Amino acid sequence: MIAAIIVLSALAGVSGLLLGFAAVRFRVEGDPIVDKIDAILPQTQCGQCGYPGCRPYAEAIAAGEADINQCPPGGENGVAALADLLGRDPKPLSAEHGVAKPKMLAVIDEQNCIGCTLCIQACPVDAILGAAKHMHTVIASECTGCELCLAPCPVDCIDMVPVAQTIATWKWTYPDVTVKAAA
Amino acid sequence: MSRLYPFHGGLKTVRHKTESNQQPIQRAALPRRLTVPLRQHIGAMAKPLVESGKHVLKGQMIGQADGYISAAVHAPTSGVVTAVETRPVPHPSGLPDLCVVIDSDGEERWIERQPVDYRTLHPSELRNVLRNAGIVGLGGAAFPSAVKLNLGGHCEHLETLILNGAECEPWITCDDRLMCEQAAGIVAGLHVMAHLLAPREVLIGIEDDKPEAIAAMTEACVGTGYEVRPVPTRYPSGSVKQLVKLLTGKETPVEGLPVDVGVQCFNVATAYTVHRTVDHGEPVISRVVTVTGHVSQPGNFQTLLGTPFAELVEQAGGYREGVERLIMGGPMMGFALHSDEVPLTKAANCILAASAEELTPTQPVMPCIRCGACVDVCPADLLPQQLYWHARAKEFDKAQDYHLFSCIECGCCSVVCPSHIPLVQYYRYAKNEIWAQEKEKQKAELARQRHQARLERLEREKQEREAKLRQKAPAKAVKTESEQGGKLDIETAVARAKLRPDSSTPTATSKQDA
Repeated sequence: MIAAIIVLSALAGVSGLLLGFAAVRFRVEGDPIVDKIDAILPQTQCGQCGYPGCRPYAEAIAAGEADINQCPPGGENGVAALADLLGRDPKPLSAEHGVAKPKMLAVIDEQNCIGCTLCIQACPVDAILGAAKHMHTVIASECTGCELCLAPCPVDCIDMVPVAQTIATWKWTYPDVTVKAAA
Repeated sequence: MSRLYPFHGGLKTVRHKTESNQQPIQRAALPRRLTVPLRQHIGAMAKPLVESGKHVLKGQMIGQADGYISAAVHAPTSGVVTAVETRPVPHPSGLPDLCVVIDSDGEERWIERQPVDYRTLHPSELRNVLRNAGIVGLGGAAFPSAVKLNLGGHCEHLETLILNGAECEPWITCDDRLMCEQAAGIVAGLHVMAHLLAPREVLIGIEDDKPEAIAAMTEACVGTGYEVRPVPTRYPSGSVKQLVKLLTGKETPVEGLPVDVGVQCFNVATAYTVHRTVDHGEPVISRVVTVTGHVSQPGNFQTLLGTPFAELVEQAGGYREGVERLIMGGPMMGFALHSDEVPLTKAANCILAASAEELTPTQPVMPCIRCGACVDVCPADLLPQQLYWHARAKEFDKAQDYHLFSCIECGCCSVVCPSHIPLVQYYRYAKNEIWAQEKEKQKAELARQRHQARLERLEREKQEREAKLRQKAPAKAVKTESEQGGKLDIETAVARAKLRPDSSTPTATSKQDA
């Protein structure tokens, strides 16, 4: 009886020490699941999900506050990837957060730009170049197509144009094949 | 006879070589207008050096190599640049690309050509000469050769240098004719390559259905120590990794290059352009191209780059009736062109006018029965039926587990498939999707970093503002004190004023006035 109590207490003590050591030694900073969700999100930083950027949305998903279908730029593929990661069922994009659109690029009509810098302040990825009372322009390679610059522009001189396909971005399409069932 | 090491799989294909390899190479007529694409190679597009209206000389550089993996582009003849704009180019997409359009003046006036002595030049200078001459692999891939002529960190010492004269695709005979007629020039170019790479042995692989070419090359190699090795005619022996295996027995590692196992491989036509550059000072402005299939007089033509395919076909006697498709490259790996108004590029080794006779009839696609015929012929030792399975289901990571990127798209599996499944189309699709996703991911990562940097900057600015405010705060406190002091002063002044006997009177009067 006493032997059993001593053995079990010793075991409990050793396990406790081991667990305590592991908790300190292998401590994970931050929440790794947030990083994984953030890696799937398209980083458009458009805020269509209702959160101020992709990371806050990732944090909300991880905390169970937001659903996985609130990101239109990520599209159905993004929802599927999130569902796969989180072990949930994929679902269609939620209509209230917008619809998936082809990739767009903001273009400033430089003739009409008055140099107010409002769009520069709105751009979440600093992709607009310019200074007060000087013409602004969009750095095409950095633009995520989030459309956040459209609303603040007082002269409506920013247009969203679809990203043109070039030889460098062209892809072979899925083979157009109808499989004939064996008779 | 040295030992050969057969690669797995492969096919005995129909040859169709005699249609075009019976006559010597003809010189194609000078076209009135040349359209020279600035992207004729793998890597970054060349930077245009000319503008509309400028007169150029034959061989003048009109596009500069932009970055390490890139190649220069030159004016194929003398004339006037009429446009630098996007024009249709030979590409499976049919999309246009940036081209320099030159109206020839018919004089063919050369730039000053300066041959160099490769033995005295520093290797990096020599590579620069080749780079500025726009030399790329002329076998079809068009990879900048100067990059391959630098061993870099891949291997300490090159074991074998291979010259690829296999030309395994049906119909194509441009390398065959070039070896027959310019063997000495090819060997002269090979000297330069061997000088740069210092290999232990130099092998020349030629398929044994080209006896004339083998004889010519053997004769040209007498006394050089280079060895001509006839290889069995079996498609795709001209594919780099397969030829390396065949001649040396070495397997190129997955996601690696032959140079990782001490072997480097060049096409015979590339060696010839090296000779033209080093010994004659001529950059790459023309190439030999096979025009064959359903044309009246098939043959090989030494053609200026930028010549429209339609004009070339005309020189080959024009189309015969019933041409359904124009293919650039061979029937196995080539692609259908959207129009014959596209210009000849460095990568174009063959123009095949295909009628119903040349094309395998399209048959209804049936489900995969997992017979394994594709496994037997795959020269890359892959499992094509598994790749198909996963590519069709868009399970790209699983396709990569089966080494999708080791697929050379030779088309053997598609040819033997009893269900007529266009297998290679699925692999191309899957590869493109994976590349696109990879690019997307890189772009997203860039956006994430930039957004993060912006948030940090905003936070920093906020803190700086607050710090400034705090700095101002004590000053403000002092001011308030002095303000209070001021108030006190005013109060005392008012009190003093009140003490004065006549002080309130004027105010009172004025109030009364009002």
